[in-house]
Amino acid sequence: MKIKSLDPRIDRLGIELEPKTAYSPAREMDQWQTYEVFHQQNRGEQHMHVGIVHAPNADMALLYAKELYARRPKCVNIWVVKTSDVTGTQYEDSDMFDPATDKSYRETEAYKNTRSVIEKFKKKNPNLSKHTPELEMAENSDGRPKTKQSNSSTEDKDKKKPGIVIGKKK
Amino acid sequence: MKKEEKNLEAIKFLLYSLADDDLIIGHRNSEWIGLGPVLEEDIAFGSMAQDCLGHSLSYYTLLNDLGEPEPDTMAFNRQVNEFKSCHLVELPIGDYAFSLMRHFLYDTAKTIKLNSLASSSFEPLKLLAQRIRREHKYHSMHGITWVQQLGNGNDDSRSRMQNALNEIFPAAFGIFEHHPFSQTLHDENIITHEDKLLNEWLEYISPLIQQSNLKLGNISEDEKVKFLGGRKGFHSEHLKDLLDEMTIVFKTDPVAVW
Repeated sequence: MKIKSLDPRIDRLGIELEPKTAYSPAREMDQWQTYEVFHQQNRGEQHMHVGIVHAPNADMALLYAKELYARRPKCVNIWVVKTSDVTGTQYEDSDMFDPATDKSYRETEAYKNTRSVIEKFKKKNPNLSKHTPELEMAENSDGRPKTKQSNSSTEDKDKKKPGIVIGKKK
Repeated sequence: MKKEEKNLEAIKFLLYSLADDDLIIGHRNSEWIGLGPVLEEDIAFGSMAQDCLGHSLSYYTLLNDLGEPEPDTMAFNRQVNEFKSCHLVELPIGDYAFSLMRHFLYDTAKTIKLNSLASSSFEPLKLLAQRIRREHKYHSMHGITWVQQLGNGNDDSRSRMQNALNEIFPAAFGIFEHHPFSQTLHDENIITHEDKLLNEWLEYISPLIQQSNLKLGNISEDEKVKFLGGRKGFHSEHLKDLLDEMTIVFKTDPVAVW
């Protein structure tokens, strides 16, 4: 008895309902090896890891990586790397990533409130603000920095672009 | 017949042949969806088949702009003898070696045609070909890579690819079958004449086949003729079966709004 399906393609395969010989279990490593896929959205940006594909070699891995991971999002370049070529740490060692002391001040998160700290400081010390260019800029009533119009002397300009000055002197 | 009228008729004929080829191969290749050899390949092959349907839709839309019926009507509501597709695309999917070899032959030929169309004097077709060519680049890369992999694989894979090539190569000449508008289209710089395209194609695939450790046989005229007639509306029995299956849902209610 053959499998009867609503799908004519399945009927055409002529698959036996009861296979005459039992299916043998797949051999170990019956599958192709895996490749890690890295996707680059724009030229110059970092390649991001997006997943894996099974493939017999790198050329075929690229073929599949394109179809599986770069159909919809913008993409300019794909890398594939054999998974077995990747060297990684052990999960048992993952505690080494936890700091022994609080180093949260090093995290970018810690700078989240910098602006409000400055504002608070400025309110407490109104006289100091006159000597601090950053605060002077923020003090503008129209919200725009006034430094461009106010500092016209070349000396001041040079001060603001130290990199250029050093270059010229050399 | 005035020159403009003749040109328009020629352009429509060309668009029908391009659209029908892509529609039929797209449907044929979509038959592998869910049955492909490995998951990744199943997805890639199915998605290329879908792309081909998209290409055919673009050609039908262009035809519609030139006064022909709605794309759905052209795809689902024409008689077998109204189709201008070549026999190569109609043949049943066979085994995977057969489908891959057809994919290789069809898509390398499509590259040659798109290259010519990309500098067509018919502006809308030129722009469309340039757009399709981008997506098609992957299709041809996929076909060439597979043929080279399997041709240079083991004895089993090589002999299966060679058998598939022997079986299907004669039918591939039908892609470049002459038709009454070949010369007009060539003279008007709409698309290069089939004879020239055929030679370009053979020059293109010969080294690829050689690198794949395979051989292109010498095909006699008699063998080629068996697969000709598609452009004139003469088809193998396979096309009717395909159209019956493809239109089965559409025909249950042809006026339904989808």
